[in-house]
Amino acid sequence: MTSVALRTRALRLLEMVTTPLLPSDYLDLVDPLRAGAALRGRIEAIHPETSDAATVVIKPGRGWKGHVAGQYVRVGVDVDGVRLWRAYSVTSPTNRADGRITITVKAMPDGKVSNHLVRRAKPGTVIQLHQADGDFVLPAIRPAKVLYLTAGSGITPAMGMVREAELADVVMLHSAPTEADVIFRNDLHDLAADKALRLIELHTDTDGMLDIARLDEHVPDWAERETWACGPAGMLDAAEEHWARHGIADRLHTERFRPNVLVTGEGGAVTFTATDRTVEADGSTPLLDVGEQAGVLMPSGCRMGICFGCVTPLRAGAVRDLRTGEVITAEPGVLIQTCVSAAAGACEIER
Amino acid sequence: MTAIDPTAHLSDQQIEQLGRELDALRDEVISSRGERDAAYIRKVISVQRKLEMTSRGVLLFSLFPPAWLIGTAGLSVAKILENMEIGHNVLHGQWDWMRDPKIHSTSWEWDHVSPAAQWKHSHNELHHTYTNVIGKDNDLGYGIMRVDEDQKWQPFHLGQPLWNFVNACFFEYGIAAYDLELGRNLHKRRRNSPEFRARVREVGKKIRKQVLKDYVIHPLLSGPSFLTTLAATFTANLVRNLWSHSVIMCGHFPEGVQTFERRSIVGETRGQWYLRQMLGSANISGGKLLHIMTGNLSHQIEHHLFPDLPSNRYGEIAPKVQELFERYGLEYVTGSLPKQLFSAWRKVFRLSLPNRGVKTPDLAKERIAA
Ligand SMILES: Cc1cc2nc3c(=O)[nH]c(=O)nc-3n(C[C@H](O)[C@H](O)[C@H](O)COP(=O)(O)OP(=O)(O)OC[C@H]3O[C@@H](n4cnc5c(N)ncnc54)[C@H](O)[C@@H]3O)c2cc1C
Ligand code: FES
Repeated sequence: MTSVALRTRALRLLEMVTTPLLPSDYLDLVDPLRAGAALRGRIEAIHPETSDAATVVIKPGRGWKGHVAGQYVRVGVDVDGVRLWRAYSVTSPTNRADGRITITVKAMPDGKVSNHLVRRAKPGTVIQLHQADGDFVLPAIRPAKVLYLTAGSGITPAMGMVREAELADVVMLHSAPTEADVIFRNDLHDLAADKALRLIELHTDTDGMLDIARLDEHVPDWAERETWACGPAGMLDAAEEHWARHGIADRLHTERFRPNVLVTGEGGAVTFTATDRTVEADGSTPLLDVGEQAGVLMPSGCRMGICFGCVTPLRAGAVRDLRTGEVITAEPGVLIQTCVSAAAGACEIER
Repeated sequence: MTAIDPTAHLSDQQIEQLGRELDALRDEVISSRGERDAAYIRKVISVQRKLEMTSRGVLLFSLFPPAWLIGTAGLSVAKILENMEIGHNVLHGQWDWMRDPKIHSTSWEWDHVSPAAQWKHSHNELHHTYTNVIGKDNDLGYGIMRVDEDQKWQPFHLGQPLWNFVNACFFEYGIAAYDLELGRNLHKRRRNSPEFRARVREVGKKIRKQVLKDYVIHPLLSGPSFLTTLAATFTANLVRNLWSHSVIMCGHFPEGVQTFERRSIVGETRGQWYLRQMLGSANISGGKLLHIMTGNLSHQIEHHLFPDLPSNRYGEIAPKVQELFERYGLEYVTGSLPKQLFSAWRKVFRLSLPNRGVKTPDLAKERIAA
């Protein structure tokens, strides 16, 4: 017998011992980070960065497969006893000696998870994790000239890349309301002093917002640079237009923290078939929110249509993709992303 | 059964006002659910699992009488916790708000021969909807007992103290049987319906797994202690069955608890529904340990008013509920475990015999219908 078959047998036997629970239910009590467990992490420390941002140091479980600089990780955090999932960019380099990873979180006004992580979370807490994901990354063949165009908390994935590799020619153009709001300001100034990058800091409260049309005043050779941009929707929309106008859209990489909602329409009655619950929903609320409010167990992650952590079979009726307005109708095998889909008339989804 | 209608003094408006007050109490708890509650259930689950593993570990040496005693006692307590404070309450959806897929009514399976899905249907949808409605609520006499003077006496009822005791000993099988609605479904026509047969297969599978674990695998693991471990798991299951049967009997059976007729619940309002739950349930008084060991069904009244609130909150709202009973002039039936158990058993014995004396009309039932 092969060792795999042997192990399956042993596991089957163990399951007979622990039924109706699984052996892992008992092992989790002892070591939630062990190999083979559902991926989790333990918060080791929380360091304030600014008055409303903090870096969270996480020891990932043994199953952690590592990340690529620029990627994000989905975390499941219990806030007031309720498990909430959000995405955060990894801000530590991949070769950190102690195997820890960091995420850096900016508290949003009324933001549930961000405020919890910045102000209330305690070291020692175990959180849920998914493997790192996302294609807003440094390519393996490093570009010669790079521009990081960032604003606010959008600096996080760029910082992951800056810390990962020392490139020959790096410019960072970062906007924040004031000097005190610049996350990683000390690190960035150290890097600039070491000539690892050229830093241009825009304090928008005094300097005004960045006008992309006048980008060459700050970075004359911007068009020659491979650019990674992350920040509020307005800045990213303007950047995409600017790069496209110059015919070099392929040199611009953008990452959004929130979905671009384009189209909404009529809602309808949404039935969650596994939970056997039906609620009325409007045409603009994502089915993910509708389900969560109705007490349905809804898997999720980034909540903006990129991680596919929320995909759910559409059993009947129709839903609208809020990003494109496309109406998707039920057919066997049709899966929808609940975080960017709203009811388009009555529909049934399998949750 | 009462000669005097316990709700006669309440106007329809008052009943609806009572309903609004209870709704407000419910909202208060829901808006304050949080970390403390989540920590509570996680702690209970962790303690239960550790206790079960340790007890089963000790039972590997059950050949030695002290090990047998400690192991059996520990396993009995673990099984009681698992069924009552954890399983029953998780399956009610009391912890669904935590959105933890591992502690959720849609994913939980319990240490019981009735599969969670079937139990949820018969318990949450039938028993909690039709609380104490004769002929609709299986928990009321489990279809084998006479539970109210109004029910016609038949010679079969003479044996009901015995039926009740046997049901108590093998309670989990009794529950599986009425979750399958065996009484109804064994008629020829239904027996062959594919849906019923699929459910029977489910139960069969669950029984097989449970029996294999308790009566084959763990005894085998005990080696020379095979027989004594077998006796230990059997005893633990028996203790758990007797205990949960007793707790449930105390919830709806003691004197002072009302039963209702089918027609009385037609067109019931929210206020009237609450009122039926209030009159159809009884509490058990005691300390913290008793409440946990009964899965907080010692707060049966509060549980029936709000079946999906976290169990650790029932004790906290009990004084407010009791105050409502007083203010609305209703009887809050409660008593110690021995007292309530005695009262319930006395009723079982009394109703096994035909009625004595003149039958009095039961006004409560008429009135809730009105
Ligand atoms: C791929 C990806 C990577 C991300 N990386 C990071 C990161 O490294 N650091 C970080 O701090 N955040 C990051 N985010 C955003 C993060 O996932 C959360 O959306 C954010 O922390 C807010 O969550 P919350 O629970 O605090 O707010 P919620 O309770 O969900 O929302 C509260 C209020 O804030 C608004 N809101 C939510 N998000 C934003 C936003 N980004 N800007 C403005 N208003 C908002 C909501 O509309 C709502 O009104 C990332 C998101 C994605 C998709
Ligand atoms: S939650 Fe990430 S795609 Fe929907």
